Amino acid sequence: MGLELFLDLVSQPSRAVYIFAKKNGIPLELRTVDLVKGQHKSKEFLQINSLGKLPTLKDGDFILTESSAILIYLSCKYQTPDHWYPSDLQARARVHEYLGWHADCIRGTFGIPLWVQVPEEKVERNRTAMDQALQWLEDKFLGDRPFLAGQQVTLADLMALEELMQPVALGYELFEGRPRLAAWRGRVEAFLGAELCQEAHSIILSILEQAAKKTLPTPSPEAYQAMLLRIARIP
Amino acid sequence: MGLELFLDLVSQPSRAVYIFAKKNGIPLELRTVDLVRGQHKSKEFLQINSLGKLPTLKDGDFILTESSAILIYLSCKYQTPDHWYPSDLQARARVHEYLGWHADCIRGTFGIPLWVQVLGPLIGVQVPEEKVERNRTAMDQALQWLEDKFLGDRPFLAGQQVTLADLMALEELMQPVALGYELFEGRPRLAAWRGRVEAFLGAELCQEAHSIILSILEQAAKKTLPTPSPEAYQAMLLRIARIP
Repeated sequence: MGLELFLDLVSQPSRAVYIFAKKNGIPLELRTVDLVKGQHKSKEFLQINSLGKLPTLKDGDFILTESSAILIYLSCKYQTPDHWYPSDLQARARVHEYLGWHADCIRGTFGIPLWVQVPEEKVERNRTAMDQALQWLEDKFLGDRPFLAGQQVTLADLMALEELMQPVALGYELFEGRPRLAAWRGRVEAFLGAELCQEAHSIILSILEQAAKKTLPTPSPEAYQAMLLRIARIP
Repeated sequence: MGLELFLDLVSQPSRAVYIFAKKNGIPLELRTVDLVRGQHKSKEFLQINSLGKLPTLKDGDFILTESSAILIYLSCKYQTPDHWYPSDLQARARVHEYLGWHADCIRGTFGIPLWVQVLGPLIGVQVPEEKVERNRTAMDQALQWLEDKFLGDRPFLAGQQVTLADLMALEELMQPVALGYELFEGRPRLAAWRGRVEAFLGAELCQEAHSIILSILEQAAKKTLPTPSPEAYQAMLLRIARIP
């Protein structure tokens, strides 16, 4: 049994790891765990990852959670091209710096549009938070550089792109009026390749349609509780 | 000019970097940037770090933000003892894993009592009781995960020895502790962990690092806290609005 990756392409960090593994030809057995259905809170999955979160990597007896940890682990174990996670001390620090800020200002913010039926006041606050984060992303991390943490694609660009795809899939025109960011997106997607991007993004891009056609699965009771808790955390 | 560290010991990530540098004898010029007064939003500081956040490291022309990035950078540059940030692939992955989860469930959660009890009232803002309750529940839940998933029956959070993970966690937990929250009551495993980390760091260093936050309630009561600047005031309102 090789490496197993438990994931759901509805989720941004799952997509980041998926894309990274595919792009680098890392042999992974993919195990889809349906987030909407709530399979991540099932007894079976909780035995693999007691926190019930995705993505989760299983390398023999070694089980690893947290997308940033998984990406770094895979990049080192499979010695992917240096630019992803540069060995140079300062270049690498820039990736860690982005990942730290991403966890604070991007993660948890760009996923909110997927959570519907939230009071308008919170929706507005979220829109403002996303606008502010995009401004910082453009000014502080991109600047006049081609990529977020340096001159080449790094793990930072992957993590950021996948978070931004979430509201884009919901119809938010994040890149309108932001030509530098739009150009960055174009560069990252060109690097990854259209086919891989399409593969990774097809599920989230169809989510609105599934919701409209009422073809989304019904969340399990455990998932329902977790969802209520998540919604309560929306500022 | 050697390394400069811009920090305020009121802030959890600032303390983590401060303690790490001191414990490892890393030569740093400390530059206090008063968060309560709002100096982190001053024109001068924004020129150093446009995001206006602490801690910030300045190594010549190289300016680095984000405590986890700074800790990793310093540990590599100064080749601190391996246990802090192990070179072993899986051991290191455990540190990254903790830091990722910490950013999600600890950071932003354990700082809230300071906003509720001191910083909000300082600018005349009362955080609704409903949010205070929600925060208490979130802290309880996080502490349970910390104990069960990360500590388990291990002596430290990411392995058999102290790592960057333990430093980051301890400093976040100190925040509500300083505000009178008895986080370690009824949590003997976590209390034992705290004891081990503090014993490793040494009582003197801990006292040094914690004295400011431990005196914050007293300063608030005596009304000796500085008045936030107008720029800081705006940032504070925004931060309070982000409390779920």
